[in-house]
Amino acid sequence: MKFLFDSDTWQEIYGSIRKNMTRTVITIFGAFWGILLLVCLLGAARGIENSFNSLFGDFATNSLFIGGGRTSMPFKGFQEGKQISLNINDVDAIKREVKGIEFVVPRNATGGQVTHGFKTANFTVFGDYPKLDKVQKKNMVYGRFINQNDINENKKVCVITEEVYKQLYDKEEEAVGSYLKVNSISFLVVGVYKAGQFEGNTSVHIPFSTFQLIYNKVDEFAWMMVTGKSGFDIEQVEFDVKLLLKNLHKVHPEDNRAFGGFNLGKEIGKLTGFLTGMQFLTWFVGIATLIAGVFAIGNILLITVKERTKEIGIRRALGATPAKIKQQIVLESVFLTLLAGSFGIIAGGVILMLIDAADTFLVNPTVNIPVVLIAFLLLVTLGTLIGFIPAYIATVVKPIEALRDE
Amino acid sequence: MIRIEKLHKSYPIGKDSLHVLKGIDLHIKEGEFVSIMGSSGSGKSTLLNIVGLLDSHDEGDYYLNGQLIQNLNEKKAAILRNKFLGFVFQSFNLISYKTALENVALPLSYKGIARKERLKIAQEYLEKVELGPWAHHLPNELSGGQKQRVAIARALATKPKVVLADEPTGALDSTTTDSVMGLLKDINDEGMTVFVITHEEEVAEQTKRVVRLKDGVIISDELTSIGKAKAKAL
Repeated sequence: MKFLFDSDTWQEIYGSIRKNMTRTVITIFGAFWGILLLVCLLGAARGIENSFNSLFGDFATNSLFIGGGRTSMPFKGFQEGKQISLNINDVDAIKREVKGIEFVVPRNATGGQVTHGFKTANFTVFGDYPKLDKVQKKNMVYGRFINQNDINENKKVCVITEEVYKQLYDKEEEAVGSYLKVNSISFLVVGVYKAGQFEGNTSVHIPFSTFQLIYNKVDEFAWMMVTGKSGFDIEQVEFDVKLLLKNLHKVHPEDNRAFGGFNLGKEIGKLTGFLTGMQFLTWFVGIATLIAGVFAIGNILLITVKERTKEIGIRRALGATPAKIKQQIVLESVFLTLLAGSFGIIAGGVILMLIDAADTFLVNPTVNIPVVLIAFLLLVTLGTLIGFIPAYIATVVKPIEALRDE
Repeated sequence: MIRIEKLHKSYPIGKDSLHVLKGIDLHIKEGEFVSIMGSSGSGKSTLLNIVGLLDSHDEGDYYLNGQLIQNLNEKKAAILRNKFLGFVFQSFNLISYKTALENVALPLSYKGIARKERLKIAQEYLEKVELGPWAHHLPNELSGGQKQRVAIARALATKPKVVLADEPTGALDSTTTDSVMGLLKDINDEGMTVFVITHEEEVAEQTKRVVRLKDGVIISDELTSIGKAKAKAL
């Protein structure tokens, strides 16, 4: 390995590269293009992934929503069209009976006129448990979300979104600690949060228990969010939960309209599958281009070696051992791929920066450094291996024949 | 220095083989200035290639500097060439993208001599062939005679035991031929064994011993007038 640090080795490589600049540029272009494409594609794929992620934002991705509807089949003496209302007891039953449940969060909602000072607007008022924060992360800007104490004591507190704040408050007015009138009842504001893209941004959250008391819901609620533990199939969870609910509410097992809902996990799964496919495609195209680029380098080096047969013959007549000749050609290949790889990565990075600055639908298109390093390493390894072909060809010709070559 | 006994060499041509060297016996002592004369096809280039370890022989023995040459692989041959032999070719064979100085220094790099040191040695040899001021010129900026002098400097730089010259004047006009031959003569006067291959009578006359080859055998081996004079003087 000593020769790597020998200035002579590099002098020789510099000499033979400088000898034909055009050739060198064309040679490295293939590999440069390969790694450039790989970096750009990976960045773009990441950008799309990021834009999806920001869309779903802070939802637990393996969650589903279930709400009561009307039955569509008669069952056990009940006519079809029976209204199903979810009940607090259902929550406990689901937690107890269904495997793979992480959280069950019941929710209530109603429209409400919300007033602060002289400003009034209509917002959606939710009755929520603190656990909502676990399945749909609230990015608190001020204060806190509803806590267990609020629930226990049926406190008249509320948490609002930034949008609500903007509509009801003056600029720089302190929201936390102020009072809002929700349908003529005063609530103490305890927190302000920034709503994600996937949830409504004009929401007012009050404790679940408070909501029950005020709107006389007793134990009933509108819908619930269920999240599965990681590793459990969310579709199976949905099926199990619904079957249990059908049983509890005396609904025909095949009645698919009694419980409405949306399986977010399933939909996200589809998207994730799409993203995985896209990533696979990215890698496939990128690596294939990379390999094509490396072959281009090998090809050109092969031609060069043919062109340089005479020179190689002279060197050997003067005492260059085959190992020395091989070393030089392989090192040339490695050097060219290194050069191509570095330029490719830099250019790819610049392009990603431009895309980022251009404000497209791609959110923060980036490439992981380890991934780039792996691609780079792969390129250089392939460059080394491909260099052995012309190196072998160079030394397989006897010096006497090489010298005769005109 | 060079001892060849019953040397045979043939090249396969299709199913047949061409018998080029048919039992050559040749002994060249240290300090000799020998030319091999012969028309094309006489086998003189083949002989030089075998002596220069660029090609292998089929039968017979070849001793270089007392060492029997057999079963050489490319690596050993390269090392021996570098150590014992200096080559001068008809077409100069300088590396086109290296300066005169770097060309002369090249065999020294294969010897493992550090760059600074070998550039110093190369400069000395360029001065010796009177091309000191041309050290940093590329070969295509030099005349034919100058190129050949660079090649001679390159052949000498490793302090070989034998300088092998294959038609060294073949591509030169008569004036430069004389200057190149004069240079080879000077080298020989300093004690270097010089082995020249030529088909020109005038060139052979300037050496001290002429070996004539025809159809793969030696037909005559005699001292030239210069050689005789030298022998007498001793």
